[in-house]
Amino acid sequence: MAKSKYAIQATNIHKSFGKLEVLKGLDLKIHRGTIVALLGPNGAGKTTMVRILSTLLRPDKGAVSIEGYDVVKDAHSVRSIIGLTGQYAAVDEYLTGRENLRMMGRLYHLSKEDTLRRSEELLEQFDIVGAADRYAKTYSGGMRRRLDLAASLIATPPIIFLDEPTTGLDPRSRLAMWDIIQNLVTQGTTILLTTQHLEEADRLAEYIVVIDEGKVIAGGTADELKSKAGRERVQFTFERDSDLKKAEKIIDGKTLEVDKKLKGLSVSNDKGVARVRQLLEKFENEKVRVTGMSLSKPTLDDVFMKLTGRKATHKDSHDESSDKKEAQL
Amino acid sequence: MKRVKPEPRSKIYWALSDFAVLTKRSMVYIVRNMDQALSTVFMPIMFLMLFRYVFGGAIETPGVSYVDFLFAGILVQTAAFGATYTAIGVTTDIRRGIVDRFKSLPMVSSAVLVGHTVTDLVRNTISAVIMVLVGLLVGFRPEANAFEWLLVLGILMVFTFAISWLSAIMGLLSKTVEGVQWMTFVFVFPVTFISSAFVPTASMPSALRAFAENQPVTHVIEAIRSLTVGTPMGSHGWLALAWSLAILIVSYLAAVYIFKRKTTAN
Repeated sequence: MAKSKYAIQATNIHKSFGKLEVLKGLDLKIHRGTIVALLGPNGAGKTTMVRILSTLLRPDKGAVSIEGYDVVKDAHSVRSIIGLTGQYAAVDEYLTGRENLRMMGRLYHLSKEDTLRRSEELLEQFDIVGAADRYAKTYSGGMRRRLDLAASLIATPPIIFLDEPTTGLDPRSRLAMWDIIQNLVTQGTTILLTTQHLEEADRLAEYIVVIDEGKVIAGGTADELKSKAGRERVQFTFERDSDLKKAEKIIDGKTLEVDKKLKGLSVSNDKGVARVRQLLEKFENEKVRVTGMSLSKPTLDDVFMKLTGRKATHKDSHDESSDKKEAQL
Repeated sequence: MKRVKPEPRSKIYWALSDFAVLTKRSMVYIVRNMDQALSTVFMPIMFLMLFRYVFGGAIETPGVSYVDFLFAGILVQTAAFGATYTAIGVTTDIRRGIVDRFKSLPMVSSAVLVGHTVTDLVRNTISAVIMVLVGLLVGFRPEANAFEWLLVLGILMVFTFAISWLSAIMGLLSKTVEGVQWMTFVFVFPVTFISSAFVPTASMPSALRAFAENQPVTHVIEAIRSLTVGTPMGSHGWLALAWSLAILIVSYLAAVYIFKRKTTAN
């Protein structure tokens, strides 16, 4: 195998659909064995980029190498070392979970023995054993996604693309999915995932690439990005004005913001729950009566605000679907 | 994680394996997709009853009884409608992202088209047998010997396979499942009704008649009619085969080309 320093290396990728320029010179370098998130709003070009990296689309300009193989000239070699989990759970509804996995194993050209062994391993690992012989159309959303991800892992590909792996999942299934993804990384797999949520990128990725309108606008660890966007803040509200005054004295920091009308204040918080507990204890000791408390985390919007001076473009559902259509052309 | 390696085999072995795996996948639909199974069988039976008992009495068919005349028409229409499941299957696979998934694998991804068309062929063979049995129940009295029955089956299979590949193209071009259902209906409805399937073409206005007498579906119907109830064969047999093979080859090449273009080239 032609080894390169990076598992994934994309240089100056351009892609247009008709007059619509989706990617405008995107660069990406991903070290082997790391997990990287491509973070951006709808229409930023995330899906198009994943489709180029996974050989489904050809770039108009620029080059991509996956483990040293060119995605255009050597697509076949690339396909045998990648696993793709798209935005839709692409499982066959009229096949059972087990049959879906076995079909994928054979299509990855694994031997019959390896296919059977891997299918059973994955059913176990992804907690689908109990439903293994039910048609996939009877599965819940979370279960379908798990089966879908399991299917892309059957040939133990060293590189995995996850396009919005938790979109449309309920919070519990999302947490389960996150656990599964985190486990993959500990096994040495290189993962590129796309997401619209800073929280998800933060939770899963070692490195985050923020893209907007087809270009990389920032890159860094979650902490680096957040420090650009402003820290997490903690807010308190109090019973009386005198409580507020006392609290102001207790906190007295540079990042303190007071709202007299609401009888409340907020302060940046980079030490998590420990700091909140500390503050509450101090209030207690000084007999300051607290009526409410909340934490606010910086969001993709905040990062965008800082990076671009505008809000992350929230497109309505119509734009979203047309974006998907374009990505499929 | 320990890497699992692909099994080293020849390209041809894996291409055939891809065809087999995806044919097996589509084949389970015949049994598991009950909606599809029921509509494949009940629609043609209803048409058969409708023409046999409701309209049939008013239609003159010189030389043969109406039910004997009708049967070849119903058989071919069943095959033509049955061949459009490929279109629905292909569009559904594209919509669901299943085609994308196959494209990202080291396989012959156009095998997905083969899977659907071969499945249509099997499903249509089954429904043709059912139609013959139902036909016998309602008074169809064929005179064909075993060899002639084999010819009927052969002609019908080449024809239905050709229509399946044509409908694969429609499946690739269509954006939605509803859309493709319409597209195939708008295509199959006129070519099966403006033919000699249900009435002798002699009763049609001249322009329509010229089309009806020279289009491929009529040749297929007339060839099967001749083999089953002894109406004159003329050149229908050869023309039926020639048309079917031509449609098959052109549609196959076009479908594979469109599949490749649509899913990678741009």
